[in-house]
Amino acid sequence: MIRDITIGQYYPADSVIHRLDPRTKLVGTMVFIVSLFLFRSFAAYAVALVFLAGVIRTSKVPFKFLVRGMKSILVLLMITVVFNLFMIQGKPLLHIWRLTVTEEGLLTAAFMAIRLSFLIIGSSVMTLTTTPNQLTDGLEKGLRPLNRLHVPVHEVAMMMSIALRFIPILLEETDKIMKAQTARGADFEEGGLIQKAKSMVPPLVPLFISAFRRANDLAMAMEARGYHGGEGRTKMRPLKYERRDHAAYLTLVVYLMAMLAAKWIFGF
Amino acid sequence: MSIKLEHVSYIYSQETAYEKKALDDINLEIPDGQFLGIIGHTGSGKSTLIQHLNGLVRATEGTVYYNGENIYAPGYSMKQLRSRVGLVFQYPEYQLFEVDVFSDVCFGPKNLGLPKEEVERRAREALQQVGLKEKYYQKSPFELSGGQKRRAAIAGILAMQPEVLILDEPTAGLDPKGRDDILDQIARLHKERGITVVLVSHSMEDVARYVDRIIVMDQGRVRFDDTPRRVFEHYRELESIGLAAPQVTYLMQKLREKGMKVDTTATTVEEAKESILAALGAKL
Repeated sequence: MIRDITIGQYYPADSVIHRLDPRTKLVGTMVFIVSLFLFRSFAAYAVALVFLAGVIRTSKVPFKFLVRGMKSILVLLMITVVFNLFMIQGKPLLHIWRLTVTEEGLLTAAFMAIRLSFLIIGSSVMTLTTTPNQLTDGLEKGLRPLNRLHVPVHEVAMMMSIALRFIPILLEETDKIMKAQTARGADFEEGGLIQKAKSMVPPLVPLFISAFRRANDLAMAMEARGYHGGEGRTKMRPLKYERRDHAAYLTLVVYLMAMLAAKWIFGF
Repeated sequence: MSIKLEHVSYIYSQETAYEKKALDDINLEIPDGQFLGIIGHTGSGKSTLIQHLNGLVRATEGTVYYNGENIYAPGYSMKQLRSRVGLVFQYPEYQLFEVDVFSDVCFGPKNLGLPKEEVERRAREALQQVGLKEKYYQKSPFELSGGQKRRAAIAGILAMQPEVLILDEPTAGLDPKGRDDILDQIARLHKERGITVVLVSHSMEDVARYVDRIIVMDQGRVRFDDTPRRVFEHYRELESIGLAAPQVTYLMQKLREKGMKVDTTATTVEEAKESILAALGAKL
């Protein structure tokens, strides 16, 4: 059901990637991103491309969902590419009006474009295959050692999952309130900026009140069920590394070594 | 003069993993002055359906006509339509936002661009129609009881003086007295001002008591569309889609099984009383 999704990102499917421990996916994504910035070689990026394509294949997420995430950063990507292209000093390649394209600039622009798009697609694969609740669970367990430094890991994770859970609820509520006020002749589309800002006040008041009411209800429901914070609290589904997680970590190591080898052998 | 839906379909979250057909080829006409009931269990599409009637939701396919005009035609004023087809949402009291009840009721007519005197005249009239006393006008909505808040919210729609009044579960969460009061007031409005009323409800008793016609929704389609008596004859099918007939219908069925010659199509307590008395009289 539509109510169960949290950011509207998660794509439900039955795949190995979906079933992986969230910690594995978090570490994997992190390693992947670091690897992108560690190597500056087209051969290494070819390895990354193969790896990414393989992961997408196994995740059963349709490619168009990944592309959708790309659209939002398209402008950022263009700006980066254009700036790198024209601003970096070096061996001139081409003159356009008063601007010069250099060989170094062209290379850097290409690297940046590849890095950024791989980065976005790579992290999209993680958010598309992991529910936000799993993610916070993974973070909580992964960051548990910080407990010794008196960081309230459980509380922070709980706050995160509640916040994430409330996003769709509040969105739905906003939609409902705006519809009800539209039915009473309110207009949220017409008028200038000031007019629009003014028209947002009527829906904000009931939204604010309802957020407080819901928070209050939730706090009471949690206390009624004996919630007392993280100490001694057990999980219904404790996170445990399975064989597939070990296999995933192994794949990750192989990937890193392949990257290293590609860089070494081809050297560009 | 009517609302007419032709082949209306609506798909939620189109082209995502959560695509869902909420309405499936709906055809219906609501003539002026009718008191119409819409029933259906949660998720049957009844709330989506009523949001089509005032253009809040745009049909994925099909057309909606108000008084013969296509509301999706370019240049058609949705604002006009919404002032004529008033829609009261579920739990409307959660949407009150002004500092006092009176200003909140003024919100609708003010948006219509009416002069101040007219706005206030309409607000006063609407508040009287829902039976809210003058001493509450200047109070904050938060100082009112649940039933009073609900009335203030309904007045907010009535103040726009709509020709059609749609109410989504107007009695949900109210005590029996509050429920009867609100429904009686709506029935009175229907009678005195001749406005069309569309009542979405879970309570078969309420529907049977007030409406002329019932539409039963199931999985985005119209399952039955007839007078209450005719619809509740199909109580077994209604049960199979998670609904039921009024309790009176069951009582009459039981009496008939025991050999009493009663009218099994009675849907209200009044009708049942007459029928039982007649059957007893015939025996005596």
